[in-house]
Amino acid sequence: MTLKLTGIRKTFRSSEGPVEVLRGVELAVAAGESVALTGESGSGKSTLLHIAGGLELAEAGEVTLGNMTLTGMNDATRAAARREHFGIVFQQFNLIPSLNVADNVAFQSRLSGRYDPALCQSLVEKLGLNGLEARFPEQLSGGQQQRVAIGRALAGKPQVVLADEPTGNLDEDTSDIVLDLMRILVEDAGAALLMVTHSGRLAAKLDRTVHLSHGLIAA
Amino acid sequence: MSVFLTSLVALLSFWRRHPGQFLTLLGGLTLATALWSGVQAINAEARASYAEAASALGQDELDRLISPDGPFAEDIYIALRRAGWAVSPVLEGTITRDSGVIRVLGIDPITAPPAAQTIDLSATEDLRAFLSGRVYGAPELVATLSEGGFDAPLTASANLASNTLLMDIGLAQQVLDQRGLISHLLLWPSQHKGLPPIAEIAPMLDRVGPDTRSDVASLTNSFHLNLTAFGLLSFAVGLFIVHSAIGLAFEQRRTLFRTLRALGVSARVLVGLLVAETLLFALLAGVLGMIAGFFIAALLLPDVAATLQGLYGAAVDDTLTLRPSWWIGGLAIAILGAAAAAAQSLWRLWRLPILAPAQPRAWARASEAALRRQTALAFALIIAAVSVGFLGDGLLSGFAMLGFGLVGAALLLPVVLSALLRLGARFASGPVSEWFWADTRQQLPGLSLALMALLLALAANIGVSTMVGSFRLTFTGWLDQRLASEVYVTARSEAEAEALREWLEPRVDAILPIWNLEARLAGQPGEVYGVADHPTYRDNWPLLTAAPDVWDRVAAGTGVLINEQLSRREGLFPGDTIRLPRQWDAPIVGVYSDYGNPEPQAMVGLSAFQARYPETPRLRYALRIDPRLASGLMEELQTDFGLPADTMIDQASIKSISLQIFERTFTVTGALNVLTLSVAAIAILTSLLTLARMRLPQLAPLWALGLTRKRLAWFEVLRAALLGALTALAALPVGLLLAWALLAVINVDAFGWRLPMHVFPADWLVLGLLAILAALVAAAWPARWLSTRAPSDLLRIFANER
Repeated sequence: MTLKLTGIRKTFRSSEGPVEVLRGVELAVAAGESVALTGESGSGKSTLLHIAGGLELAEAGEVTLGNMTLTGMNDATRAAARREHFGIVFQQFNLIPSLNVADNVAFQSRLSGRYDPALCQSLVEKLGLNGLEARFPEQLSGGQQQRVAIGRALAGKPQVVLADEPTGNLDEDTSDIVLDLMRILVEDAGAALLMVTHSGRLAAKLDRTVHLSHGLIAA
Repeated sequence: MSVFLTSLVALLSFWRRHPGQFLTLLGGLTLATALWSGVQAINAEARASYAEAASALGQDELDRLISPDGPFAEDIYIALRRAGWAVSPVLEGTITRDSGVIRVLGIDPITAPPAAQTIDLSATEDLRAFLSGRVYGAPELVATLSEGGFDAPLTASANLASNTLLMDIGLAQQVLDQRGLISHLLLWPSQHKGLPPIAEIAPMLDRVGPDTRSDVASLTNSFHLNLTAFGLLSFAVGLFIVHSAIGLAFEQRRTLFRTLRALGVSARVLVGLLVAETLLFALLAGVLGMIAGFFIAALLLPDVAATLQGLYGAAVDDTLTLRPSWWIGGLAIAILGAAAAAAQSLWRLWRLPILAPAQPRAWARASEAALRRQTALAFALIIAAVSVGFLGDGLLSGFAMLGFGLVGAALLLPVVLSALLRLGARFASGPVSEWFWADTRQQLPGLSLALMALLLALAANIGVSTMVGSFRLTFTGWLDQRLASEVYVTARSEAEAEALREWLEPRVDAILPIWNLEARLAGQPGEVYGVADHPTYRDNWPLLTAAPDVWDRVAAGTGVLINEQLSRREGLFPGDTIRLPRQWDAPIVGVYSDYGNPEPQAMVGLSAFQARYPETPRLRYALRIDPRLASGLMEELQTDFGLPADTMIDQASIKSISLQIFERTFTVTGALNVLTLSVAAIAILTSLLTLARMRLPQLAPLWALGLTRKRLAWFEVLRAALLGALTALAALPVGLLLAWALLAVINVDAFGWRLPMHVFPADWLVLGLLAILAALVAAAWPARWLSTRAPSDLLRIFANER
């Protein structure tokens, strides 16, 4: 399924008046494709990612996933679409602090009713989290936490993985390891990957890079 | 379904990881429910006892004929029967035995309406036995009396109230020494048509419906309202804990909410799950609270029963029964309380954007705008309290005034504390001291709920202890005035009374008759006393207001004294007149204080009393004698004259009994006070405990900069003590205002008397120290937790905070 964003517009109000962050963005990410979204600070990368996942609403434009149109859905339907079709990885990991590693990995798959213990176990192994299943997030390093977050995003067999600077809190070596893992796993799953990053080095690891500038995708 | 279950598991997993916070929430709600349901259990038990007593004669359903002059002659009953009226005579009265005061009910089983047939006398032999002297009583009373103290054959009946004996009216007239007299007539619900009007046959009788009688249930209403108000206060203080625990859990779970929303849980589902969670906790805490409340009630009920007996002569079973309405009410209040405590958090969650900042923020940092809104609300409530105080009338508006005032004062506390801390910061010298003041101010929003709870508990404590202390001082002084005579003695018959007077004449300084008549005064059941013209009264009687020649006019029979209750209730003062039995419109010449008596009372000169009410039994006397000779006289009365010991009492004993009753009256409020204060201490403990965990990121940099963990922990303790002390200081004026309201508004409405206010600064000091101690104890645990944090925990703060 292809994730397609058409004519996306978004304006924020600031003390200096309204700021148009997105001015009719057009973007498509096909199944199995990995795309890096780059751009300077404040260019609207994260906002575009949030709009793609239905976390935020655009003022104009359309978001579709296959035959499904996300824009125009109410909160409950958008939430359902998110848990069934998307996997989201945040910069701050956002694990559930009161659940252990195994439960965190399985969490979204349970939410979407697609819990597959074998898949979860294989993700744990592939992500190098073996032996850490019973630990809680506070007992893990940043790199380990982000690997758990990736596991959680993939365990629900999503069509699209959205990653918002997933390595922003990690050192260079760990970043490489985490991103490589994510890329391989997403590819194996046949899902689309849209990742926001500041790093050209990391962006180069993905199939394609799109640059957001002045509210539009630069040619 | 998987969304609900999976999300619920995630939400509940928070509590598994924070068992202390879970216990706080559950404990707070349990405590609040326990205090409330305990009080309700007591009230329900007392009301059930009143209903039981009233139903002994179907009183609550039948109309009655009564005389404003008190008991009346049987001839009137006979005249009504002859005229065709279906009426049945009843004689009521009390006797005293070692086991206490017993209510005697004499009925005529042949003419009694079915609604008044508490005992089944349908079998001929039962009826014959009853008419020939069989007496029925509650099983426990029969068991007590069977050991001695009552001559007639006794039969147990579970249908009767615990202190009541039911017997034939003829026997009751003997037992109560009221031969030929009737207290009232019960009217059958259906009567023949075309009967001559009652007013023609018996013009002296009034017809009274079930609703217009002043029975024990309505007399004690004010007491139960007082108790309910205290229960409500304790409940409110308990809710502060719940609100604080829920609010904190909300802030701690902001990240979790955000993640759940991002992963596909809709706002509606999330709020629904939290409502379910709150309901689950409320039910759990409700059941636990009911069990605890039952034990609290069982513990306090004997004192309440004694109080009600002492104050109102109302008999209340001192064993507790579990009633379904009580269970339902308790669980409902737990759910309502939890809902009220959670409402704000749920509302905020409903409006929380998915991408709201995940850092715990709002709970610990109230915005300036919110503080301004809170101040405005506080002032609005205080204005409402003042308005209700001025414009309202009655007990309910009195409590509304207290409620508005207390909540208003509590809301104002954070503003006052913030100003005081700002003032403190001005005197800070050095960076650590400056940090301490600034940091304390920053902690204020997080602690304000607990401090408000402490303020309420302290203010209630100051208010109630000032009221009780003022009452105690006034009451003991009043007892000295009222009980001036050295010995009080009661003869068992008129003949014995006459012999007694003769026997006493040469042995005492004065014999002062205490003769009284039960009568309706201003429509209420009350008493008229005859008072001798003697210096005992002229010098001692506690007059509140009086005409200049008061005692001369009382002695001459041209003036009457009334008690404060009657004066306030009816607005009667010297110069007005009052209708006494036998159509006597007597001018009022003075008002006296009469604490502890719920009924109206009047005093007239002895000669006038004898002339107007010659049939009154003349059995009781107060004796003036040299106090050193009093015990000798009492011995002689027993050995030489032959009076039993239980017919006499000396001044010291009667005072000690009165004071005992007084002290028991306030045992319940005292106990509730202590419980409320404990609840407030727990509120502080829980707030500090939970805040301690959130404070690590704030304290870690200071540790890194060179302040030891131990020193930081000491600062935490010092801060708690400072806030406790400042709250106690703020509670003082609130408590004194509360005391004033209790003495000048609530007591006057509830009991009919107003007491002068006395202040007890030593008690305040003790209470202030207790507040600081409570804060210190509450701070000790979190401080210890902080001081024992491993450096790695603090370093982790820097690792995670980027």
